[in-house]
Amino acid sequence: MLSGLRLALRERFIAWALRAHPPEAQPVMLGQRRVYVLPTRAGLLYAISLIVLLIGAINYNLSLGYALVFLLAGVGVVTILHTFRNLAGIALGVAEAAPVFVGCDACFPLLLHNPDARARRRLRLFLPGQAAVAIDLPPQESTRALLPLPARRRGWLTMPRVTIDTVWPLGLVRCWAYAWPAARCLVYPRPARAVPKPPSFAAMQEGRLASEAGDEDFAGLKRHRPGDPLHHVAWKIAARLGPEASLQTKQFSGTASPALMFDWAQLPGSLDVETRLSILARWVLDAEEAGLSYGLRLPGREISQTQGPVHLHACLKALALYGDEA
Amino acid sequence: MATKHERTAPPLTSAQSGWLLASGIVATLPLASQVPPWLAALAAGAFLWRAWLLSRGLPLPPRWLLILVTLGSVAAVLIHTRTLFGQAAGVALLVVFMALKQLEARANRDGLAIVLLGYFLTLAQFFANQSIPVAATMLGTVLIITATLASLVDPAGRPRELVKLAGTLLMQAAPLMLILFLLFPRVEGPLWGLPRDAYSGLTGLSDSMAPGTIQNLAQSDAIAFRVKFAGAAPPKRDMYWRGPVLSRLDGRIFRAGEVRRLDESPYRARQASLAYHYTLTLEAHNRPWLFALELPETLPPDAFRTHDFQLQAKRPVRERLRYTLVSHPLVDFGAEDPAVLAAALTLPAGLNPRTVELGASWAAAGLAPAERVARGLDFLRDQRLTYTLRPPLTDEHVADTFLFETKRGFCEHFAAAFVVLMRAAGVPARVVTGYQGGERNPVDDTWVIRQADAHAWAEVWFDGRGWQRIDPTATAAPARIEEDLATALPAGDPLPFFARSGFDWLRAVRYRWWAINNAWNQWVLGFDPQRQRDLLLRLGMSTPDWRSMTAWLAGLSGVALIMLALVLLKRRPHPDKAQRAWLTVCRRLAKRGLTRRPWEGPLDYAERVARELPAAADDIRAIAQAYCALRYGPTSHEGLAALRRRVNAFRP
Repeated sequence: MLSGLRLALRERFIAWALRAHPPEAQPVMLGQRRVYVLPTRAGLLYAISLIVLLIGAINYNLSLGYALVFLLAGVGVVTILHTFRNLAGIALGVAEAAPVFVGCDACFPLLLHNPDARARRRLRLFLPGQAAVAIDLPPQESTRALLPLPARRRGWLTMPRVTIDTVWPLGLVRCWAYAWPAARCLVYPRPARAVPKPPSFAAMQEGRLASEAGDEDFAGLKRHRPGDPLHHVAWKIAARLGPEASLQTKQFSGTASPALMFDWAQLPGSLDVETRLSILARWVLDAEEAGLSYGLRLPGREISQTQGPVHLHACLKALALYGDEA
Repeated sequence: MATKHERTAPPLTSAQSGWLLASGIVATLPLASQVPPWLAALAAGAFLWRAWLLSRGLPLPPRWLLILVTLGSVAAVLIHTRTLFGQAAGVALLVVFMALKQLEARANRDGLAIVLLGYFLTLAQFFANQSIPVAATMLGTVLIITATLASLVDPAGRPRELVKLAGTLLMQAAPLMLILFLLFPRVEGPLWGLPRDAYSGLTGLSDSMAPGTIQNLAQSDAIAFRVKFAGAAPPKRDMYWRGPVLSRLDGRIFRAGEVRRLDESPYRARQASLAYHYTLTLEAHNRPWLFALELPETLPPDAFRTHDFQLQAKRPVRERLRYTLVSHPLVDFGAEDPAVLAAALTLPAGLNPRTVELGASWAAAGLAPAERVARGLDFLRDQRLTYTLRPPLTDEHVADTFLFETKRGFCEHFAAAFVVLMRAAGVPARVVTGYQGGERNPVDDTWVIRQADAHAWAEVWFDGRGWQRIDPTATAAPARIEEDLATALPAGDPLPFFARSGFDWLRAVRYRWWAINNAWNQWVLGFDPQRQRDLLLRLGMSTPDWRSMTAWLAGLSGVALIMLALVLLKRRPHPDKAQRAWLTVCRRLAKRGLTRRPWEGPLDYAERVARELPAAADDIRAIAQAYCALRYGPTSHEGLAALRRRVNAFRP
């Protein structure tokens, strides 16, 4: 009950603190009015200790005791300025996160820029409920920090509010700011684990492998790109050329590979939507892995057969956003 | 606002543990001589143990062992000091905790506990000593402890960086400290009853004098008080700083008689013009008496005059006390209370038979009192007595043994024997203790009177002339009065170090050091509510009460903070001219919705703008190239002018 109230108050405060409605325009400047300061628990203990020391100095009439207490009080106050300066003035942006599957962590790449001629030390960034990522910002440089957030549902995962805080240098005060730059991450459906092969998939794969054994389908070499099937890499050539040369991928003439079409409607009608999407995702991934040409047919949408990473992404995106697209 | 990330703190690194150990050692070391030896040994053992574990990378000892040792140590402190409260027990317990916490520090908050303990131990040093070296040590200690606190936040920080950071923080805190020190309303302590042990260790004259009392005091170079004369100072031989008057003789011990307050001055200055004006700064000695030249006409605040012309404070002097007096060397007395005179003639029965017989013979011969006194001084001179810091032990017949057998004694022997002699001769006499002489510091023209200047002399009563000071020590060692202790003592007598006549340059250094110390005492340690008031009045504050002080305090701290903030929060220097022109372009483009992204260099940005605004493509490319050439290449005035022309013409 109480924690619920606290949470609600906290959210109200944050909504007020952010002022701009999310998502904010990038880059977000952590201006002086957006940085909040409060003592930490260590700071409160420090203050209480100073009061006790002051009472001791008064009681025993220790002039140097006064001096010590006032010096430490001064340090406490100066620390506030230093902590504030450590955070204020940072510019913060975020790029789109690479797509992930449900169950993995989405990683939002935050870009922090320090326009000042002094380093920012021990900054911590975190998304609500997540562990903090600590970074240092060298002077007049930009640094990238990856903020992980578990992807629980397929579709667009919007990055929540980012908290950036610091207790540097002495841990007595905490300065923090909220930023909510617009960023999202596409979450693919979780690929099903053990699934039946699609109709005729197994046979075609075998035929495919058989045809690969001969070299009449071999159509040449091209530069290897990430995403090309590993078993198409021309390992012999790579071994001959040595580690400095880039990898080559064997190209096969496409005429021999029959195209696959994964059809939503082919799946048993008893399956629910998410299971269907999972199974289709698995098939798409397997087909891409096998270097086959494949297409996808969803209710109201069709992606024609081809292969490659861009195509894979298009298929998975269609699966991820199934039912969401307006 | 503690988040859950703060709570699950990682364990301390070995570098952090090293910092904590260093903090513990620097905070505890200055207290080593103040705590019982077993505790110092325990602390040293704990620190060494921790250092050994740290160097080998071994784990901390089990918790049950530490709990046992802690309980044992607390019990030992309890047995040693018989209480867990008060200053000695408190300091001892802090040392115990600091030492044992080292062996138990696992997480960040243990580190914080050590840091705060360190600050407390730093304050604890001041119970014993608040001198300039202690203040300097304090700064070093605070520097280390603050660097330790910084290391708790930044485990990867290099030692030199952390110390530099702590030093920066301390230096920036200094102005605030100064403002607070001057303006924080001072409260007259103590806030509650101080424990009994608060003033142990203060030295000074006592209210009784047995053989050896003052002689022991003379070994101490502790400062009794300092005097600054406004105008002429009396000659050194007349500087008798009168203190406790001892008129009761119990066996071999002279004691102060009962103290009666005297509301009206019983003496009048014979010559109003011959007066000494001086300010005396008395060190705390935990006794009520105040010292003054004979005889002061005014009274310090919160003080009174006794019937035997002592000045006494209403409370024991427990802080350094400053008062200004006017003394008249020549005064006329009225009559004296017969009871006082009778007490000044009393001798304990059966003691010092030879001295009593001698004195009585002068009375029987019918000599006038003045002649009896002169006869007594002649007798002392004839006896060829030796003034020494190492007199032989005496039995209960102190005067007899001193005058007729050993003939070696310190001022208290001379004074005691002379008073016995005079009382036997029927002349009222009493012992006066105090200080004689002092040393003038030419640097700040202040006289320093030390415990070593403690002295005892006699006073005799003459009808019509009143109490007269007689210093019997002068019969044997006139140099003691004219010069100083060192000159007066025979060669071969051990001298306190400070009293030895050193080289001139050494003395000059010493004088300078005394002067600095005096200023320190007056302005730092003696900065009490009164001095604060005086200073603020002098600075032009019309009514220095706590309200205006608070207002000033808030105002000045605010100004200091704003100035500091301006320095700290100042952005990097203003952009140069080329950059300013470029920023103008960026601003204009931003209005068109083409904001430069933070990771975009000028050329990339220009390309993007060129794509979006084909009409302005050539202009923006030229501007970006000119800007890059100016900013990253050699500066040229023509180039800058060209860039500016282009920028001014650029209206996308």
